[in-house]
Amino acid sequence: MAHRSSRRLGKERMASRVHLLRRRPLVWILLAGLLALLISGCGTGPQSALAPAGPVGMREAGLYNLIFWMAVVVFVLVEGLLLFTALRFRRRTSDGIPSQIHGNTRLEIVWTIIPVLILIVIAVPTITTIASASTIPQGPDVLKVTVIGHQWWWEFRYPDLGIVTADEMHIPVGTKVALTVESADVIHSFWVPRLAGKIQAIPRRQNEMWLQGDEIGEFYGQCYQLCGTSHANMRFRVFVQSKADFDAWVKDQQAVPAPPTDPEAAKGAQIFQSKACVGCHTIAGTNAKGTIGPNLTHFGSRTTIAGAMLEKTDANLAMWLHDPPGVKPGSIMPNLGLTDDEIKALVAYLDSLK
Amino acid sequence: MATAEHAATTHQPDRRRYEGIWSWIFTVDHKKIGVMYGVTAVCFFLIGGIEALLIRSQLMFPNGKVVSPDQFNELFTMHGTTMIFLALMPLSVAFFNIVVPLQIGARDVAFPRLNAFSYWVYLFGGLLLNASYLFGGAPNAGWFGYANLTEVPYNHSSYGIDFWILGLQILGVSSMAGAFNFLVTIINARAPGMTFMRMPLFTWMTLVTSFLLILAFPVITVALVELMFDRLFATNFFNPAAGAEPILWQHLFWLFGHPEVYILILPAMGIISDVLPTFARKPLFGYPVVAYSGVAIAFMSWGVWAHHMFSAGLGPVANAVFSVTTMLIAVPTGIKIFNWIGTLWGGSINFKTPLLFALGFIAMFTIGGLSGVMLASPPADWLENDTYFVVAHIHYVLFGGTIFGLFAGIYYWFPKVTGRLLDERLGQIHFWLMLIGMNVTFAGMHVLGMEGMPRRIATYPPGMGWDTWNFIATIGAFTIAVGMLVFIYNFFASVRHGQVAGPDPWDGRTLEWSIPSPPPPYNFARIPIVRARDPFWVQKYGDAGHGHGRVVPMPVAGGAHDAEEARADEHGEGIHMPDPSYYPIVAALGLAVMLAGVILTNLILGNPPGTQPAWPPSWVAFVGLLVFLYGIYGWALEPVSGHSS
Repeated sequence: MAHRSSRRLGKERMASRVHLLRRRPLVWILLAGLLALLISGCGTGPQSALAPAGPVGMREAGLYNLIFWMAVVVFVLVEGLLLFTALRFRRRTSDGIPSQIHGNTRLEIVWTIIPVLILIVIAVPTITTIASASTIPQGPDVLKVTVIGHQWWWEFRYPDLGIVTADEMHIPVGTKVALTVESADVIHSFWVPRLAGKIQAIPRRQNEMWLQGDEIGEFYGQCYQLCGTSHANMRFRVFVQSKADFDAWVKDQQAVPAPPTDPEAAKGAQIFQSKACVGCHTIAGTNAKGTIGPNLTHFGSRTTIAGAMLEKTDANLAMWLHDPPGVKPGSIMPNLGLTDDEIKALVAYLDSLK
Repeated sequence: MATAEHAATTHQPDRRRYEGIWSWIFTVDHKKIGVMYGVTAVCFFLIGGIEALLIRSQLMFPNGKVVSPDQFNELFTMHGTTMIFLALMPLSVAFFNIVVPLQIGARDVAFPRLNAFSYWVYLFGGLLLNASYLFGGAPNAGWFGYANLTEVPYNHSSYGIDFWILGLQILGVSSMAGAFNFLVTIINARAPGMTFMRMPLFTWMTLVTSFLLILAFPVITVALVELMFDRLFATNFFNPAAGAEPILWQHLFWLFGHPEVYILILPAMGIISDVLPTFARKPLFGYPVVAYSGVAIAFMSWGVWAHHMFSAGLGPVANAVFSVTTMLIAVPTGIKIFNWIGTLWGGSINFKTPLLFALGFIAMFTIGGLSGVMLASPPADWLENDTYFVVAHIHYVLFGGTIFGLFAGIYYWFPKVTGRLLDERLGQIHFWLMLIGMNVTFAGMHVLGMEGMPRRIATYPPGMGWDTWNFIATIGAFTIAVGMLVFIYNFFASVRHGQVAGPDPWDGRTLEWSIPSPPPPYNFARIPIVRARDPFWVQKYGDAGHGHGRVVPMPVAGGAHDAEEARADEHGEGIHMPDPSYYPIVAALGLAVMLAGVILTNLILGNPPGTQPAWPPSWVAFVGLLVFLYGIYGWALEPVSGHSS
């Protein structure tokens, strides 16, 4: 519709047509505003790839930014040229048949070479960044963690420290962490957007990557490869801690939790041992040695449950025990038909596992 | 045959023989088959669109409860599968059918009955895929169906994956048959003087696409057959428990999947390469470069598949190599864009709906191409892969690109097929709603991706910074839906009451505009002789582009060699046209039943999904086989009655 009125305006002289572009600042302001809005939307969320907090993420986001801004320049030039051409050569009633130009070899060469040059500018830092991200650090200062994707939760094993935990990974600040990423069932994809790029967890493969957190804090991650019903609920958190806090956490995790003293928790321990729980879960120092579900040895020290989809509160935990598949669709942990009393005791017991 | 039958030699008696619906079901006329392809594809497009609206409704707000997670997985799997295999590819094939024979001056495709067979196989394959909704659940592992999520241990709650495996194999048969048909047609059925370097660009891209189809579909078929054997006969191609590497599926799928992307985009590029010159009244700028860059893209599409797998851990060397090959493919793509702008430059541009869609194609495809370059760099891809950034990218390419290109084609060739123009005003409203709608829907998805929103999640919690853009995207999706309603209304209104187009409503340049609209069954009363690129334009205006344009008869082939043609008068008397035949639909039905036999047997016997066929194995498949053999047998021995004497 818009071009119709403008066609009428531009009927008289060719110059007035070019003038039209200047007469329409509103369009350009809107377009620029939209672009600004899109750009400013980035880098604010807890799972943003554009707010890196470590060297690996920074290099990758830096490369992304380089390519992004080059793309913006090309975008503005090409779209501007297209718009200008379309408006400038609108048909007028006085138009005859335009001259039938078939091509221009020099132009073809120009617009072949320029994209090649742009791509070279992108390709060189791409290859150096691939190299640095793919060189897995080695040595005594490097923390090793094995990440195992399960439907629908993450297991974290620290082979050198003898720690097994789930849904929450703790790492010391400013330390290189070498990850071995595996899968127990189907293909998953492990990503902490603010720390480093993602990598798939593929059955029978041990994919390697590394990351480092330079900021103390809590970082969100989740599974990025479709892995079944509760793909959306396969979340996890990474805690980047000061060296002292991390050492304290390691010490706690390595200890075998004391048997509960509180009567309610003791009752819960008994229920846990007598029910199906032990078939799937491990609690160090007890008969629970199952490996299908998360290791619960230090469950009380965690902040989230059910694949980090819920905060660990007593109410949430009770809701989970009441009907796991109702909370997390497709959950492999079935509804065990626990009574409210049993749930209350189990919550007390699990909380006691610091 | 007896001489008595020879009296009934021309197409006339055949038209009497099959009236109404039967004249469509038994037709072998490329234009009718093209219309059936087009209408069916648009119907599947609407189904895929409804699936998209449900997806967007679910994600409009955090913690959406419109559908369950399992239903959500089914919806996006079917949305992708439907849009790619049942909507966009067949809509391209509709144009192959309608336009290619007209552009090369042929009376039909090389194998008219095979053409009908392709259509019916496509229809039955599409129906089978969608029938999964009615029988326990649709496929739910994504359109890419990564093993081992598709294996029985992880996917046994419905027959969905089995429907998917068999439906795609059936559709593969249709695509292969169609591709061979167009290959032979384009190579062998061109009018005298229609050399390769005079072919309209759409025909060129049809040729290139046909080669890609023929080479790409065997790859996915191998993968699908292996997966089918895993599920039905307990083989272990993708079973890690037995020592298989599920990553093999990713290689096989994307070795097909990336050429497939170009199968989807090249026909649309061909369409706009024909539309732009017509509405700018200038020849295509750099014709040989545009044609050869299409060929180059097709070749290069075989060397880039692992860019879908940068996060699979292939190692730095593979990542670097595939990154560079992927970036290189941007070069011929960019060349095309610049040549299209060169075509417009200095032209006299007539802003009709087909041109608007063609401009929309260039503008939106450029965005998709640029985000493609951003994905081509593995370290950047590690941030973008499997997030909404990729969703934005593919929709700028396939919606802003392919769909806009196909709509340009619909508005452009609709008058040729129906004899009436689509309403221009409604067409422009449709265009603007689509353009605005798609940008509102997909632009913000770039942000969502960089903010870390994963693809294919059925729900997301609040507080992730994803709420606003998801809400906006849903508004955009419904804007597109309104645009489609305008189109559907326009379609039905214009078929009946549209402005009569005449043979050449756009001042066209290629042969299809030199014959009446709609074309007679035999297309060209006399086969034209082609003496130049843009033959009809040169016929109207001369080589230098001077003189007054008017519809003129094309020069025709003559000589003793074409004695048959010489006898044909302007009403097509004495032109030999292929007879209608019911064997293609019978053979297609038999093929579909045969391939679906395993599922159908299990359904009839009430076996749970993943059951291996027991003795008697899949008896429904044998029924299908018999029907198929009957169809092929009758087809092979069908008498030819259409000889003119």
